[in-house]
Amino acid sequence: MTQIVGGKMQKVNLCEACSKEKGVNDPTGFALADLLLGMGAAQDIERSPSGVSCSVCGFTQADFKKTGRLGCSACYDVFGESLEAMLKNMHKGSEHVGKAPASLIKTRELDAQIRDLQSSLERAVADEEYEKAADLRDQIRRIESGQRV
Amino acid sequence: MKLSKISARTGEWISGDGPHRQIVVTSRVRLARNLKSKPFPGWAKKAERVEVLKAVKSAVLQLPAMGDAFCENLEALSPLEKQMLVERHLISREHAAKGVGSAIVVNASQSLSFMINEEDHLRMQAICCGLQLGKVFAMINQADSELEPMLDFAFHSKLGYLTACPTNVGTGMRASAMLHLPGLVMSDQMNKIINSVNKIGLAVRGLHGEGTEAMGNLFQVSNQITLGEGEEEIIERLKKVIETVIEHEHNARLLLLQRKPVALLDQIGRGYGILSHAHSISSKEALNQLSVIKLGIDLGLFPETHRFLVDELFIETQPAHLQKGVQAQKMSAEERDALRATLIRAKLKGVPEPDTSKIATKPSGSQENDE
Repeated sequence: MTQIVGGKMQKVNLCEACSKEKGVNDPTGFALADLLLGMGAAQDIERSPSGVSCSVCGFTQADFKKTGRLGCSACYDVFGESLEAMLKNMHKGSEHVGKAPASLIKTRELDAQIRDLQSSLERAVADEEYEKAADLRDQIRRIESGQRV
Repeated sequence: MKLSKISARTGEWISGDGPHRQIVVTSRVRLARNLKSKPFPGWAKKAERVEVLKAVKSAVLQLPAMGDAFCENLEALSPLEKQMLVERHLISREHAAKGVGSAIVVNASQSLSFMINEEDHLRMQAICCGLQLGKVFAMINQADSELEPMLDFAFHSKLGYLTACPTNVGTGMRASAMLHLPGLVMSDQMNKIINSVNKIGLAVRGLHGEGTEAMGNLFQVSNQITLGEGEEEIIERLKKVIETVIEHEHNARLLLLQRKPVALLDQIGRGYGILSHAHSISSKEALNQLSVIKLGIDLGLFPETHRFLVDELFIETQPAHLQKGVQAQKMSAEERDALRATLIRAKLKGVPEPDTSKIATKPSGSQENDE
């Protein structure tokens, strides 16, 4: 069986018994891609320090190896480093570029605004433009208090 | 709304209309979403699953589009009812295997379905007929945006939407189209197409998705990559590939008409003969022969007015749909095969024999009038 992901060819030879075991013939089991990617994934995650488990849900590397699925959303941070190489392999890069929750987009925009204001503030202080600096400081405070609401 | 109402009514995606309707049976987009810090369904304990189910279900039912929705917990559905929903592509086979802690919500027109606690906490899908990937994405994207303020979705600033399986992380989106490709199959070009589609990171699968066999010359083409590419970009790329496949299918049909008209007419004639006279037929054979009749309609051998009847038979001859009128317990395969043959014979009574003069007299190239 050959599967091509992101221009890379992955080839796996399975005998009849193995393919049954891996669920290739079982429609409710793993998909071919999941199977192939899952195998690589299990190897990658094994390289992470042993004994690590997710503090939120108790999931371990051994569980991932067995199921090819993660335990909860926090697992992505726990197993982050070892997941990264695997994600790069199966996808187009390792950073999301699509939709984000509206609330998050707003937070991001405001964070960027605050960063801009902060650097202007530092410049104003350095230039001894204290009136301008006070104004900038008030602007930052307004945004920050708005965010907390 | 009751399940009987769903099963009695044909889904919008069968009865509706859309671009490239002859070849593209359906367009679908599904989004996978999970709640922050809650164990994914495969790892969660029963009580945790039930808790997530409660929260997600109540949010989904508040959506404006879900006014007269069908909503049921999986343990309350019989195996036959679950199978019926699978045959309509409203739930996955994986979801049908679930019990306590999982549920399904479907809108009245059967264009939106929400699987709660499948592999992810929520898998929502929009489906419609013809090649309308942009439209189905807009439908499900709107539902997602409306759910956002009500549910705390797990979203990672770098990895995007987090899913149980790393193959879905990022957009959590799977966009797919179901294509009817008898021309490419008959001219032995399907493997070539599958290989080249695979090479560009798209998957080709059988009738019911992952791991299923291709029957009735029906194939699903879908994206594999969910991280590093935006939703619109994925859909645009998929659409372009599908349009190319459609072109190849049209060309394959024209070539068959030019070079092998006798073999083509023979297949259609035999398909008509078998379906109108069989007294026992398996669902696989029925699908394969119905596919040939569908091709016959596309080529003008049967009146266009019978298209809906044939499209409907694709669904009505599936095992669970066949039995839905018969309230008794599960039928044996033999009983189903006999019932299927009877249903098809009755439905095809009004369909005249294939009008072969169309092929003999018409110069090739003018038989098809897609769109």
